[in-house]
Amino acid sequence: MGLLIETLREALELLFGPDGEVWQITSLSLQVSGLATGISLLIGLPLGSWLALGRIPGQRILLSLINTGMALPPVVVGLLVSLLLWRSGPLGGLRLIYTPAAIIVAQTVIAAPVVTGLTAAALQQLDPRLRLQLLGLGASNLQMVLALWREARLPILAALMAGFGSVISEVGASMMVGGNIRHQTRVLTTAIVLETGKGAFGRAIALGLLLLVLAFLVNLALTWIQQRAARR
Amino acid sequence: MSPLLEVNRLLVRRGPRLVLDIEHLALDAGEALAVIGPNGAGKSTLLLVLSRLLRPDRGTIHFREAPLAALSDLDYRRRIALVLQDPLLIDASVYENVALGLRFRHAPKKEIAPRVDEWLGKFGIAQLRHRPSRELSGGEAQRVSLARAMALEPDLLLLDEPFGALDAPTRLRLLQDFHSLLASTATATLFVTHDLDEALLLGDSVAVILNGRLRQHGTPQQVFASPADEEVGAFVGMETVIEGRVSASQNGEVAVEAGGAMLYSVGDAAVGQRVLLCLRPEDITLWPSSESPRSSARNRIVGRVQRRYPQGPLLRVVLDCGFPVTALVTHASADELELEPGQAIAATFKASAVHVVLK
Repeated sequence: MGLLIETLREALELLFGPDGEVWQITSLSLQVSGLATGISLLIGLPLGSWLALGRIPGQRILLSLINTGMALPPVVVGLLVSLLLWRSGPLGGLRLIYTPAAIIVAQTVIAAPVVTGLTAAALQQLDPRLRLQLLGLGASNLQMVLALWREARLPILAALMAGFGSVISEVGASMMVGGNIRHQTRVLTTAIVLETGKGAFGRAIALGLLLLVLAFLVNLALTWIQQRAARR
Repeated sequence: MSPLLEVNRLLVRRGPRLVLDIEHLALDAGEALAVIGPNGAGKSTLLLVLSRLLRPDRGTIHFREAPLAALSDLDYRRRIALVLQDPLLIDASVYENVALGLRFRHAPKKEIAPRVDEWLGKFGIAQLRHRPSRELSGGEAQRVSLARAMALEPDLLLLDEPFGALDAPTRLRLLQDFHSLLASTATATLFVTHDLDEALLLGDSVAVILNGRLRQHGTPQQVFASPADEEVGAFVGMETVIEGRVSASQNGEVAVEAGGAMLYSVGDAAVGQRVLLCLRPEDITLWPSSESPRSSARNRIVGRVQRRYPQGPLLRVVLDCGFPVTALVTHASADELELEPGQAIAATFKASAVHVVLK
């Protein structure tokens, strides 16, 4: 009990004390995962729409692959991205390994299938005749897709939240491609692993609390947007 | 005058199955064409082809004399408007729904609001302007759907059973309002339905599609009174259609003056209202013209046998009573009455057997 109280006191001191490193780690986590989610949205929204609305040979197989991608283990993604970005790997010349950019690449690989799969599911849930109705009122294909996105805005925002949730909390890929380098590639999850390993539980708890608050605030913002859209 | 829309040698297959095979069909500007047929006859497929949402396997379509292939899908679709059976409104306000097609067409902003308000008013839903579409009743939603299409002031309106999902009183009110709006705007309309009342009320002409084939196309009177063949006759059922005007209406009984005769039916209609009286051939009883038996049948008319032809175990007899009247009788009755072309004969039927359609 004494250990628990002591670590909590230490955690609060770290959060409200002069240690700037905790906030630097938090800021990097938010930037990296935010960017990865944003890129996943840019990939997943059109790709998911194409898979849901297009007439594509092998559509079911492609959707099954995307759905499998939603359950990709982060360590496997870390391994694949490491192999690609390794100095002697096919993309080694870009010198991205052990940089925040490498973490963004790995997290995008994790989040993009989530956003893609859930976007496709959201659009497939709409009445298929709505597409015909929109086209029959003179919509171009782009106008039709934009109108369908608007109709499916709530589940699409949920897809975005799920994508962010999958990357802000992952540790394996970030550790493998980022290297957990202090002041450079250390994010909240990798820092928690490090501090726990060192037995610095106070520091680990402080970082854990920050991770929870960060995830909560981002999802609160997205939920607020979602519910505002629902009332419209 | 050349037709607004002309379809030739249209063929649609789904795998090996023939879905639609139409040799020729035309629609004039300002005409309302009712395409009728049972479920699965190919009516909705025709509508999808005419909306260019489905490519036919063969055939040509001309729009304003030009082949449809000369127009892009988008250019063509922006000259027409399609309404499906369910309202399929977007999750937004009534105003946004009615403005939708105008926005798709990039109509100037200052034109959108007055046009939307005009059509909300015409459909009697101006008070719903700000209401979210998900809070509308079925009838209100279908009014919004129709207003959304009519606000586009299309060259051609295509409707796929837009009244089919409504309850009877709501449907009747909307049908009558829509009929007035169609008449006032003279919008060329092709609508598919399996409801004969709708076809009679809205249609200037009627096309019957059975098993994917166009079997008959003509005025409602032609199609209902002279079905092209047995199958069309069996589908339309009411083969006698008499046009008249209500001369009295009281106690649930309507007196209609039609072709020099006074006919009675059960119903409610305003004096002076134009109506169609529809009768099934099996509801008509034939008598020698010299007899005037006392019975509960309120209607008795006299005419001459025009023609007779067998239909299975029965005979179909067409009388000329100033208007054609078709009856079904057994061979034995025909022999007993000595039914031959030119012979005078009386026909009776009950007021409750007469189906009144307001025009």
